Amino acid sequence: MNFDLTEERQMLQDTLRRFLRDRYTTEARNRILDSDEGFSPEIWAQLAELGVLGALFTEDQGGFGGAGFDIAVVFEELGRAGVVEPVLDTAILGGRLLAACGHEGMVEDVIGGAAHLALAHGEPVSRYDLTHVETRLAADGGDIVISGRKAVVVNAEAAGHLIVSARESGGVADPDGISLVLVPTDAPGLALRGYPMLSGGRAAEVTLDDVRLPASARLGDAGQGWGLLSDVLALAHVALAAEALGAMQSAVKLTIDYLGTRQQFGRPIGTFQALQHRVADMLIELEQARSAVIFAAGHLADDARSRDRHIAAARHLIGRVGRLVAEESIQMHGGIAMTQEYELAHIAKRIVMTDHRFGDTDYHLERFIDLSAA
Amino acid sequence: MDLSYSPEEQAFRAEVREFLETSLPKDMAAKVARGHDHLSKADMEQWHAILNARGWLAQNWPKAFGGAEWNAVQRHIFEEEAARANAPRIVPFGLSMLAPVLMKFGSKAQQDHYLPRILSGEHWWCQGYSEPGAGSDLASLKTKAERHGDHYIVNGQKTWTTLGQYANWIFCLVRTDPAAKQQEGISFLLIDMNTPGIEVRPIILLDGTHEVNEVWFTDVKVPVANLVGEENKGWTYAKYLLTHERTNIAGVGFSQAGLEQVKRIARAERANGRPLIENPHFAARLARVEIDLMALATSNLRIVSKAAAGGAPGIEASMLKVKGTVIRQEINDLARRAVGPYAMPFPSESVEGDNDPVGPDYAGPLAAQYFNYRKLSIFGGSNEVQRNIIAKTLMTGGRG
Repeated sequence: MNFDLTEERQMLQDTLRRFLRDRYTTEARNRILDSDEGFSPEIWAQLAELGVLGALFTEDQGGFGGAGFDIAVVFEELGRAGVVEPVLDTAILGGRLLAACGHEGMVEDVIGGAAHLALAHGEPVSRYDLTHVETRLAADGGDIVISGRKAVVVNAEAAGHLIVSARESGGVADPDGISLVLVPTDAPGLALRGYPMLSGGRAAEVTLDDVRLPASARLGDAGQGWGLLSDVLALAHVALAAEALGAMQSAVKLTIDYLGTRQQFGRPIGTFQALQHRVADMLIELEQARSAVIFAAGHLADDARSRDRHIAAARHLIGRVGRLVAEESIQMHGGIAMTQEYELAHIAKRIVMTDHRFGDTDYHLERFIDLSAA
Repeated sequence: MDLSYSPEEQAFRAEVREFLETSLPKDMAAKVARGHDHLSKADMEQWHAILNARGWLAQNWPKAFGGAEWNAVQRHIFEEEAARANAPRIVPFGLSMLAPVLMKFGSKAQQDHYLPRILSGEHWWCQGYSEPGAGSDLASLKTKAERHGDHYIVNGQKTWTTLGQYANWIFCLVRTDPAAKQQEGISFLLIDMNTPGIEVRPIILLDGTHEVNEVWFTDVKVPVANLVGEENKGWTYAKYLLTHERTNIAGVGFSQAGLEQVKRIARAERANGRPLIENPHFAARLARVEIDLMALATSNLRIVSKAAAGGAPGIEASMLKVKGTVIRQEINDLARRAVGPYAMPFPSESVEGDNDPVGPDYAGPLAAQYFNYRKLSIFGGSNEVQRNIIAKTLMTGGRG
């Protein structure tokens, strides 16, 4: 057993942490949060240049990493700094899916920072039912025609292409019969309604009204999209868990710093045992969360059942611990943490909102129970 | 033991319900129901005027001052019905915080001048208590008032001033004797916000709302006639005020209304092809908080009955605050949880405007509200301060 990072990953972590500490300051982030784009193209270009995007892909795919621990290292640092740039959406959900389908050219553009992508999968009533797809796909001669609605598509406005899931056959919640299609965002019949998100970045409601594309726009085989999707969602779960872990570390650090400096009743409030014990509890839970990220990343290459069981465990635990850390950090700070400009407010929102992507803590508890049944 | 309301109390409830059905503007109730509890100033003023016309604005005031003189049970019934009907909250600063202090400690001239103007809405009051360095430790406040003949000169800064952007008057705790022990050098001053030297700066909260402010005082001239009671006795008045701030501290009505909202949402949302409310994990969360709320409602009634019979609530108020805020926050957690991915959008007025809402119409404000309501366990004496009060009382047999 060895729980140390490899030399390459250690370098990646150091480089990214230093870059974000210098460039992703609270002021810089607040400017990005207020911007129309919802992220910084300049930061994006620098992430590409530093090789952060490339680290999320295997050598076969044109990158130099791509394993669970590479993803965990990158997203932990992004989470620590409260980064809102759409790395998950463009590189993991979009890029890794295209890489699995052999779209080398577009993957190269993603790694180089030139292309943005978004996964248009969730629908207005699907909530966390990830096989619930009502959007229809019909073959028409050499074309395919797609109609439906997609909900909360993160990064849709910046993306040149959306990866759209659409039902070609089967019942509304069947895993079989879902096809994936690469849809240019300027395709006739496609409309976006964009809006900002509570924890930064932007998303859009997507309407597809008889969007007609050549059949070659399908990714993978007709009706066989769920396998591709569940593989890439596994990567996304590890990324989200690691991001929450990084953000939680920042929340705890800010809280400890504040308890050491804030004076009430003539002494630092950190000298009150009632608060000390609560910080100690947060640290204990934080180590649990770290271990959960490690076991999820470490089992990413297992068979699907073992992989998904570890992922469900990690995301359940992190959803639970995340809420504790976000709420306790705010409470121990008091009023200052309720203000928009204070760093913790943003960090706490990032932590809580990761629990709304691809299943919350209850969803993953159920999934763990199902996957643990003999 | 008899858990039923008396016939008089039941008749009173019917009267309140009928009033709310006929007099609460429907569009206002709809705004509150959608969770937009950041109503406009005009909305709040309109609701106050409607209540005042019925004689129900100053519910806790004696009739002699133009109040309804309701007892604690009547006030509780109104709160329950008002929350159920999605009525706006009554802005408490003038009506239930300052007014009782003026009635007990103010001069006849102050009572005659200020009380009618609170009722008419001519004066909108805000509270100048907290300072950047004086939160939980309020007695360490530093804003000072120096006496120069017939006026004071006030310098310093207040913070977390709720709705200070609408106020034209502020009641302040100021230090008038810097040499005295902390609690003993504090006075209670009434200050016209239009006096030169006062600046109100907005504080934007983490959900993007503007409800609190910083208020800065630079050489602000305040007539000595605006001192309430005696100089350096302000801490006594402030503590008296805080006991009144704690009526309805449990927020049972708000929690009941919130719980009903969560149930409506959970019936509409679907998980695994079934209504979310049938999902065992969600249903268990909902049931746990509902059971807690049933017990809290009963605790609240027990304490309210005691208060109606003249017994003063002591540490019970602190207990209600802690449990009441934890329950309200749990309900808000369930609300944002219920809408799943639609908790993520943060549609501003400019995006929504007259357009259709993004996602289900109930989803919009829920996650923002979850974050906003973290304030409940921080303001009005944080839950840690409430626990200190309880523990101190228990460990010293009430002498602490």
